[in-house]
Amino acid sequence: MSKITLTIDGQTVQVEAGTTVLEAARELGIKIPTLCYHPELSLHGSCRICVVENLDNGRLLASCVAPVADGMNISTRSPRVRKARKMNLELLLANHPDDCLGCDRSGNCELQTLTYEMGISRNDVERFAGEKRDLPIDDVGPSLKREPNKCILCGRCVRVCAEVQGLNALEFTGRGFNSVVSTAFDLPQNEINCSNCGQCVVVCPVGALTEVSEIERVWEALADPEKYVVVQTAPAIQVSIGEEFGLEPGSVVTGKLVAALRRLGFDRVFSTEFSADLTILEEGNEFIGRIKGNKNLPHITSCCPGWIKYAEHNYPDLLNHLSTAKSPQQMFSAITKTYYAEKIGVDPANIFTVSVMPCTAKKFEKVREEHRDSGFQDTDAVLTTRELARMIKEVGIDFLNLPDEEYDEIMGDVTGAATIFGTTGGVTEAALRTVKEVLTGEPLERLELGFMGIKETEVEIAGRTYNIAVVSGLNNAAKLLDEVRAGTSKYDWIEVMACPHGCIGGGGQPIPMTEETKIKRTQGLASIDKSNTIRKSHENPDIIRLYKEFLGEPLSGKAHDLLHTSYQARSKN
Amino acid sequence: MEATIYRSHVLICTGTGCVSSGSGKIKERMVAELEERGLQKEVKIVDTGCHGFCEKGPIVIVYPEGVFYCQVDVEDVSEIVEEHLLKGRIVERLLYKEPLTEESIPSYNEIDFYKKQMRIALANCGRINPESIHEYIAVGGYEALGKALTEMTPEEVIEEVKKSGLRGRGGAGFPTGLKWELTRREKSDKKYLVCNADEGDPGAFMDRSLLEGDPHRIIEGMAIAAYAIGADEGYIYVRAEYPLAIHRLEVALEQAAELGLLGENILGSGFNFNLHIKKGAGAFVCGEETALMASIEGRRGMPRPKPPFPSVSGLWGKPTNINNVETFANVPYIINNGAEVYSAIGTEKSKGTKVFALTGKINNTGLVEVPMGITLREIIYDIGGGIRDGKELKAVQTGGPSGGCIPADLLDLPIDYESLTEVGAMMGSGGMVVMDESTCMVDVARFFLSFTQSESCGKCTPCREGTKRMLEILDRICAGEGREGDLELLEELGNHIKETSLCQLGGSAPNPVLSTLKYFRAEYEAHIKEKRCPANVCEGMKSAYVIDESVCIGCTACTRVCPVDAISGERKKPHYIDPDVCIACGACAAKCPVSAIAQG
Repeated sequence: MSKITLTIDGQTVQVEAGTTVLEAARELGIKIPTLCYHPELSLHGSCRICVVENLDNGRLLASCVAPVADGMNISTRSPRVRKARKMNLELLLANHPDDCLGCDRSGNCELQTLTYEMGISRNDVERFAGEKRDLPIDDVGPSLKREPNKCILCGRCVRVCAEVQGLNALEFTGRGFNSVVSTAFDLPQNEINCSNCGQCVVVCPVGALTEVSEIERVWEALADPEKYVVVQTAPAIQVSIGEEFGLEPGSVVTGKLVAALRRLGFDRVFSTEFSADLTILEEGNEFIGRIKGNKNLPHITSCCPGWIKYAEHNYPDLLNHLSTAKSPQQMFSAITKTYYAEKIGVDPANIFTVSVMPCTAKKFEKVREEHRDSGFQDTDAVLTTRELARMIKEVGIDFLNLPDEEYDEIMGDVTGAATIFGTTGGVTEAALRTVKEVLTGEPLERLELGFMGIKETEVEIAGRTYNIAVVSGLNNAAKLLDEVRAGTSKYDWIEVMACPHGCIGGGGQPIPMTEETKIKRTQGLASIDKSNTIRKSHENPDIIRLYKEFLGEPLSGKAHDLLHTSYQARSKN
Repeated sequence: MEATIYRSHVLICTGTGCVSSGSGKIKERMVAELEERGLQKEVKIVDTGCHGFCEKGPIVIVYPEGVFYCQVDVEDVSEIVEEHLLKGRIVERLLYKEPLTEESIPSYNEIDFYKKQMRIALANCGRINPESIHEYIAVGGYEALGKALTEMTPEEVIEEVKKSGLRGRGGAGFPTGLKWELTRREKSDKKYLVCNADEGDPGAFMDRSLLEGDPHRIIEGMAIAAYAIGADEGYIYVRAEYPLAIHRLEVALEQAAELGLLGENILGSGFNFNLHIKKGAGAFVCGEETALMASIEGRRGMPRPKPPFPSVSGLWGKPTNINNVETFANVPYIINNGAEVYSAIGTEKSKGTKVFALTGKINNTGLVEVPMGITLREIIYDIGGGIRDGKELKAVQTGGPSGGCIPADLLDLPIDYESLTEVGAMMGSGGMVVMDESTCMVDVARFFLSFTQSESCGKCTPCREGTKRMLEILDRICAGEGREGDLELLEELGNHIKETSLCQLGGSAPNPVLSTLKYFRAEYEAHIKEKRCPANVCEGMKSAYVIDESVCIGCTACTRVCPVDAISGERKKPHYIDPDVCIACGACAAKCPVSAIAQG
């Protein structure tokens, strides 16, 4: 690649040909404001906030899409640039609800931040006052909420859904001022081919896409003296919730998380890692059975509800490849309202199960008709990482200065294997640790699967070579599934996580979320795994007790009733 | 095939305009009448494409005399057969009358509307049957393709087109030969050629007429271009609202393929070219090349930033060359006659001819092809026959909804790409709307902007949000609610939108507003400061009608039509209109038998 030399704000910089002016400026430490630009998505060039002036010809360029040219002389701060940026922002604000006070993204909104930074006043916007978009909110849920009036049409959600998830659930419709991002035929979110993964929420710069909040329902349960409120936290929460309180991504705050939950008033605090170990035993043994019978291979994991719904819509013919094992969240709740209820002598009708998840799809999973095996809706409420942080902030719990506390007893033991469920490749590694030991009695070497895209590996167990694939991002998954459908897949085992990097990059995680954030969170999880003395699911003492006292053995009749599920084909639209 | 020599040919126009005014029935009757008189072996009926003079349709021309009958009715057919075809007497009453002199003109070539035209692209429109490839070949069709494929290298074709000075007729005026060269230069296993027939300007029908009247010329032009750039596959992107054009293209594609003029190994040269039709759903923005390609690929028609230009990364990421219909229509002429002949026509930088759709308050509306450099005066007064009802010319709007308004005092402007841009208008695809003194320029600007606003793809902020705010300001000015500072805000917004929009739809959408602000600012000011619309057009500012008491005969006709009961008075005595109630609809004035009512 040839080098290009150009001048930006009087500083000279040399960059590769094909670099954009925006990227070249960032190399010089000049941050050009953007809205539609997203480093992990295709270039869109629509918001026109990032304009810069080419001083040679006086033209204004959208720097995010303008390639550098030799000898270019760019200003990122000339009076014309500042005026043009402000006017585009003012135009966006003139068609944006005056609702910052009531917005979920207040304080963490890119539009709000730019408005402040550019010093835009009410009068600046009011000179353009006129019609505003007036469309209904789609909050039928259960996972995602769309507020089209807040949308600034940057198209990041449209692009992430198409380019990363391959779903195209969202698209621009209408023309001119009536343009809007919507679903096919304006159907509500729960009636479309949407995985509920929430990646659209994570990339939305404003409050147009959020989760359907369950905060109030949880407060109500906590305030109800009749309710025995049990909470589980997914492995990915402990390395991300710290970001909500100003910590670096990947900071491990497990003990403070437990302490905060107790202070919020939860009666029992557990980790979903307990049932992740349970999942490994069930799914691992299921896999061994399939291998022995050479049936339904490749075996495909089932712990990601976004992936499940995607498969139901788009690969209904491959549902027999999916493990029937429930996700750890659902196993946990089913066990809580049966085994645990019995243990502590509480009527399961009075137990209210809450899970804290990095995920928006879990909100849908909990209301699936299949998940009532305890005789009740197994999981009552799902909070995202963001929602839990908001509850902690509301009641003024000083999170950073909390003491470290331990999870509660009898379902409190967790293993390193379960911890790494929170990242792509983790489920596979955890399962293979158990599978190998069950089959050979020998431990497994570290696999180091992850981070992004499709990873494949071969593992030799008891003289047989297993072809393993790990994939995150549904567009990547589609490539492997098309092979399965065509009968050309060489794999024995495929792990699918809907969100890039797995749960640590989930749609319920703190915003902003960058590639770097996700890598740091993954590193956080790996450090917990390494420091755990028990790193194999089948060695978890609480799990051993659960089988001994209640379930019998993996894949037993009772285990089938409570821990396994079925899937349903859904329309492709 | 047995050759029949006919003594007369009756050409019946079957362009969309004449079809809508009933040329189909005329043909039916003509066939019947000829058969009845046993003339079917002496007189041949030929369906033709558009003559451009749609306002006077249905048009029937009788050869060999070249007698031009216009506004022919079914009932007139027997007279044409009886008088003209049997007795050799011209039917005077069906001839075209010059609007100014009222003189009847028998011959096609003598009509002012045609006399000053120079028809290159439109040469065959109205002359041959567009559904017969043999008629096209008989007038020299596909000779240029043969010449290019057998006597010229692709580079020589490009060189010839470059030397001809041909520029894109879609509006931007990019040199065609250079565009081809850029695509030729790209190395790729696959290249595409696209014809942009997404004609979306209100009132424009250049592309439609060409496709309906002479589809083979476009196919030939495209095949030559494909050979030049090294493409083996092409698309004609045509709006679905043009069913007749699509039908004729389909017929033409089939015929060309049958004769080996499309498909594999064309004319034994080893050159392959397959051509498809892609119907567009009728979005104005799909005339923008990147939006058009997105639409062909099955995605929403939205422009994307350039670079990369289509010549580098176009359809499905492959090098692609896109030209407008009229551009392709010029290509066979250039190859047949040479670049020198072509470049002798026009001005220094704009060569050849341009087709315009002439509409508005003008006597002769229709499609005209004129050499570049012709003045507006020649088009409006010599070809267009002047302003209707003897009114004064006020302005000419060129370039479609994103063009600009040129005031009457620039009437002697020689028209080319540069001169139009210089005065704040543009060539565009060739719309030309003539306005007289009864046109309100604020209202005109508002009309065009409302079109571009509702046709904006909604992608970029300035175009989507900015044009809406401009439109709101214009709406309030026209409603008599304009404010101090509105004009400055319009200019600020207009310039901002032009400078920061993603594509040329936004980049040119403010033109009608900015150009009228430049030339007709006083009219805007009258709306805002005096709450008065000088042309008496804007609702809410129209002045009430007044009855001249000395003329009124008290017939009460006005009272009966007034929709708001604003008129009172006794029978046979002068009546009175209450100015506070009158909505200035004009119904009373239209009804008054003695012309006693006028706006105050």
